[in-house]
Amino acid sequence: MDGTERLFERMVHEHHDRVFALSLALTGNRHDAEEVAQDTFLRAYRALVTYEPDRIRELKQKAWLHRIALNVVRNRTRGVHPRLVELNGSEPDQALGTEDGALLKMELDALAVRVAGLPPRYREAVVLRHVQELSYQEAADALGQPVGTVKANVHRGLKLLRGDDHDDTDN
Amino acid sequence: MTTLTTDLKRLGEVKAPPGFAGRLLAHVGMADSYNHFETVLGTVYVAWNRQGVSAASRSASAAEFEEWFRKEVGRRLVPAEAPKDLAAKIEDELQGRRRMRFDLRGLTPFEQAVLRKTREIPRGEVRPYGWVAREIGRPAAVRAVGTALANNPIPYFIPCHRVVRMDGQIGNYGGGGPEAKRSILTMEGVRVKRLEELARTGKRYQGVKTTGIFCYPTCHTGRHALEKNIVWLHDEASARAAGFRPCKVCRPAAVA
Repeated sequence: MDGTERLFERMVHEHHDRVFALSLALTGNRHDAEEVAQDTFLRAYRALVTYEPDRIRELKQKAWLHRIALNVVRNRTRGVHPRLVELNGSEPDQALGTEDGALLKMELDALAVRVAGLPPRYREAVVLRHVQELSYQEAADALGQPVGTVKANVHRGLKLLRGDDHDDTDN
Repeated sequence: MTTLTTDLKRLGEVKAPPGFAGRLLAHVGMADSYNHFETVLGTVYVAWNRQGVSAASRSASAAEFEEWFRKEVGRRLVPAEAPKDLAAKIEDELQGRRRMRFDLRGLTPFEQAVLRKTREIPRGEVRPYGWVAREIGRPAAVRAVGTALANNPIPYFIPCHRVVRMDGQIGNYGGGGPEAKRSILTMEGVRVKRLEELARTGKRYQGVKTTGIFCYPTCHTGRHALEKNIVWLHDEASARAAGFRPCKVCRPAAVA
C-alpha cells in the first residue's frame, strides 16, 4: 500500500461521519446521502492519486471534502428530491445521545427533509454554517462566495426553516 | 430560535450507517468485499472487487475466510451485500457455464497464465500438470505449475481440481485434500475410479482405430468410440509408432 492509500484511509476514518451528515442534510434522505458520500470519497480518491506530494500536504481536507460533496449534489442529474420520511416505524427510534431532549432519528430525518427542501443557495449556506458548524469564513471558502453573501443566505435560510417573516438575528 | 440551530447542530452529528467506512474503501478499490453463498459445494465464501471475483474458499466461518484472505491476497476485506447477479453467476459457473470475471492482480504472469489455461479445461474432463506446462509454453515447469495451482486463490471457479498427476493419479488438492478433489470431479461427471484404474495399469491415452486419433481418457471427442475400436496406449512414442496422431481438441501431445 502506498502513501496515498494510507492518507485516503485516514481521511475516510476521520471524515466519513461528517461527510455522511453533510450529505444527509443536503439530500434529505439516507439513501441518497450514502450515494453522495460514496461519490464524494471516490472523487477525492481519484483526485488524490493525481496530486503532487506538495499539493497533498497543503490540502485542507475538511474544506476540500465539503467542496466536493457540494459539487456532487449540484451535479446529480435527477436533482434533489427529498423523500417522505417513513412514519410506519420500520426502524426503531434511536435516541441520539443521552441528554434530555435528544432528537429521535425520525425527527432528525424530518428536519433533514426540511433543510433539503430549501432553495440550493440557502440550503448550502445553512448546512455549512449550522449543520457542519463551519465559521462564516470557512463556509465562504467552501462555497467560493463572499462572507457577506453567505451570512445573508444563512439568515434567509433559517428564516424559511422557521417559517416566519419577522427579521431577527440568529448569532 | 436556539432550538432550530441546536437541532441543526444535531443533524450534523448524525453517524454514517454501520460498515460505511469499509464500503467506501471497497468502493475506491482499496478493499475487497465478501459474502457467503449456498452452492452445490456447500457454503462458499467469495470475495470480489471492481475487477471481478478475487478469491473463494469453503471456510468454516467469516473470521476464518478473512484470515485466509489476508494471508493469501493481502488486501483488506469488508463484508458486503453481494451485487444482485453474483449469486446467479456463481451458480452458473459451478454448472459449467463460464461467465465470471476474475481479478488475478497480485499473481505473477506465470501464475496467471497457469490459471487462465486451467480455466480452458472443460467440465467433466481432466488434464495432467505437464499439459498445462506445455500449453503455456513452459514444458519444463511442471512443478511450478503444481505450486501455482496449489496457491490458486479462486478454487472451484478456476478449476484447479481438473488438473491431475502425469501418471493419471488424482493428486493433491488445496481446496480440501484429495477426497474433496475426487468428490468435485465425480460431481462434474468424471469417472474417477475408472481413471485411477487406467492410471494404475499405465493406460495414459485412448486411441481409436477408426479415426487414428489418440486422446486423454476424459476427452469428450473420444467418448462415443465403440469398445472394440479402442486401443489403450502407454506413451506418445508408441502411439505415434502405431500410426495414431494426437487429438486437436485435448492435445495430449504437441501437434506436429
